[in-house]
Amino acid sequence: MYRYDEFDHGFVKARTAQFRDQVERRLSGELTEEQFKPLRLMNGVYLQLHAYMLRVSVPYGTLSSPQMRMLAHIARTYDRGYGHFTTRQNIQFNWPALKDIPAILDDLASVEMHALQSSGNCIRNVTADHFAGAAADEVADPRPYAEILRQWSSVHPEFSYLPRKFKLALIGADEDRAAIQFHDIGLQLKRDATGALGFTVYVGGGQGRTPMIAHKVRDFLPEQDLLAYVEAIMRVYNLNGRRDNKYKARIKILVHETGAEEITRQIEAEFQEVLKTDILRLPDEEIRRIAAYFAPPALPERPARSSALEAARADSRDFADFVDRNVTPHKTAGYGLVTISLKPVGGIPGDATDAQMEAVADLAERYSQSEIRVSHEQNLVLPHVALDDLPALYAGLREAGLADGNAGLVTDIICCPGLDYCALANARSIPVAQDLSRRFGAPERQKEIGELKIKISGCINACGHHHAGHIGLLGVDRKGEEVYQITLGGSGDENAAVGALIGPGFSIADVGGAVETVVDTYLKLREGPQESFLAAVRRVGQKPFKEALYGAA
Amino acid sequence: MSAPIQKSGAKTRAETQVVTANRLDDGVVVYLDPKGGWTPRLDHAAPLSGPAALAAGLDAGKRAEAQQIVVESYAIDVAREPAGLRPLRLREQIRAFGPTILPDPSAAAGA
Repeated sequence: MYRYDEFDHGFVKARTAQFRDQVERRLSGELTEEQFKPLRLMNGVYLQLHAYMLRVSVPYGTLSSPQMRMLAHIARTYDRGYGHFTTRQNIQFNWPALKDIPAILDDLASVEMHALQSSGNCIRNVTADHFAGAAADEVADPRPYAEILRQWSSVHPEFSYLPRKFKLALIGADEDRAAIQFHDIGLQLKRDATGALGFTVYVGGGQGRTPMIAHKVRDFLPEQDLLAYVEAIMRVYNLNGRRDNKYKARIKILVHETGAEEITRQIEAEFQEVLKTDILRLPDEEIRRIAAYFAPPALPERPARSSALEAARADSRDFADFVDRNVTPHKTAGYGLVTISLKPVGGIPGDATDAQMEAVADLAERYSQSEIRVSHEQNLVLPHVALDDLPALYAGLREAGLADGNAGLVTDIICCPGLDYCALANARSIPVAQDLSRRFGAPERQKEIGELKIKISGCINACGHHHAGHIGLLGVDRKGEEVYQITLGGSGDENAAVGALIGPGFSIADVGGAVETVVDTYLKLREGPQESFLAAVRRVGQKPFKEALYGAA
Repeated sequence: MSAPIQKSGAKTRAETQVVTANRLDDGVVVYLDPKGGWTPRLDHAAPLSGPAALAAGLDAGKRAEAQQIVVESYAIDVAREPAGLRPLRLREQIRAFGPTILPDPSAAAGA
C-alpha cells in the first residue's frame, strides 16, 4: 500500500488544523452558513436530513487493517455504531456532530486517511478495480497510476473549481469491474505489442439525469504520458464545459454537444501543447517508485489445489456455495480473492457495524496480509487469502454475520441511502432493497436465477447506479407518492449499456412484485441456466417483460 | 387513522405548521417550541395557525440562524392527530421519526 511521506503527513495535518479553525469560527458565528458551506463540502461534510454526514475517501478502495479499525472506532465513538460503504469506494458516516468532525479528521490523519475532495466540483476520489493487484486476469496493477493521479489532482490549483464534479476510474484487466465507461475519464491499463504499458482512454461517461457511455479517445496512451493526457482533457473541459446550467455541466454533455471526433481533436491538440514543457511527462523511476508501494505481498508458496478446502466443501453446502460465489481466482496459485458481502438478506446494502469492521480488520490481518478492498458494488474484499485458510476465514465471517455467499446474485443489490438519509432524494431506496432481498433470499432461488445485478437509486442523480443495473429501479416523487421506474438491460462492465425504461412506474407497495414478475418471466424464457438475465434481455428485448408487467398491447 | 401524505407541490398550506431546522453544532433535527426555544421532539413543537403566527415563527427561525443556534430553518405542514403532530410530507415524517429502516442487530449476530 502507499504510505504517506513527510509531505503527505504535513499536508493532511495542515488541512485538518485549517478545518478545525473553520468549524470553530462557524460555531462562534464568525462565519455564516453561506460562507461555511463551501468550506465544509471541501472537507466531505454535508448536512443531510437528520444530521451532518461525513464522507471519507478510500483511495482506489484500498484499506489496511489499522485503517479499518479506525473506521470502526469512528463509527463507535462519534456515530451510531455503523458506517455506509458507497458506490465510490468511500465510507459515509450518517450521524457525526459538526463539533466532533475535526477530532474525527485527526483520527483519520493518524492512519493516513482524510475526507478531502470527497465533495465539490473537483476531481473526486480516484476509483479502481477492487481486485487490483491480485486478480488472475490482470495485465498489471492500476493502483500505482491511481495514486499518481490522486497526488496530481489533490488541491490542483487549476482544477479545484471545475464546472462540475469529476470522476476517474482505472482497471488493469479486460473484465471491467470498475464501470470505467460510466466515468468522466475511464482508463484501462494494457500492454502494446512490445510489452510496454499504457492506457486505453475513455472520456465522457456518466449516469445522473443524462446517462452516457464514454467514448474511446485513445486506444493506447504510453504510461509516461498519463498525466499530460489527463491534464489535456481537464483543460479542454475546464475551458469549454458549461457553467451556465449545472445539469449540463458534466464533461459527458460537452462531449455529446461537441461530438466525439471534435473533442478528441481538441484533446490531442491540447496534449501537444502540454508536452511542449515536458513537466508532466512521468519519469520511469517515479512510476517505479510509486509502484513499489503496491508490490505484491510475498505470499508463501502453496499447492494450487487445497485438500483442506476440498474437504470443507464436501462437509458443508453453505461453505461450498460461498466459495463458488465469493471466491475469485488469484494470480498466485493456491490463493483466492474473497468477497465479503455487505448484503445480508433483508439488510441495508453497504452498511457495516463497528463490530463487523473490527472483525474484517482482524480477519484481514490473519488471512489477507492486512489488506482490504472496498468495491463499488458496496462489498468488501480480502485480496490475498490462501485456499487452505478459507474454511477458517468462513467460520470467522459467520461469527461476524458476514458469510453471505451471494456475490453477483440477485440479493447483491446496490442501493443509495435514498430518502431515509439523503437531502436530495425523492424516494426511499433502502426499504425497496430490503423487500427485494427478502423476496429472493432463499438460497435455492438465488442460485436458480444466477447472476443478476439490481441497482436502486432514490433520485435522478443515480448514486445507486440504476442505469447500469441489469434491473434498475429509479425512485421518483409523483405528487407526494413514491413511484419506481424499472429499467432493463443496463450494464457497467466492458460491454457497458444504459438500461431502457420498460413502462409506467410502480408504487412502493407494488414494485417488489413487479421485479418478481420480471425475474419469473426471465426464468420462463431463458434458453437454459447458462443464459444469464442480461443475455436473455439482450436476446429477446423488452416485449415479453412488458407484456408480463402490463399485459399484451 | 393518520393523515394522508401530502402531495408535493401542494398549492394550499395545511391549517397548521411548525418551524423546523437542524441544530448547528450537531445537525440534529429540531422544532421551534412555544417558548421560542428549539426541541428535538415534534410533539413539543409550537403548532402555528394563520399567516401571522407562521410569519412570527419563521422570523424566530431566522433569528436563531443569526444567533448560531440552528441552520436552514423553514416551515412544514403538519396535521393535529390524537397521537400528536404529524408532518404531512413523507420527507418530513422521516426527519421527525428517523429512517424507516434501521440496522437489524440480528444480522450482525449472524442470526
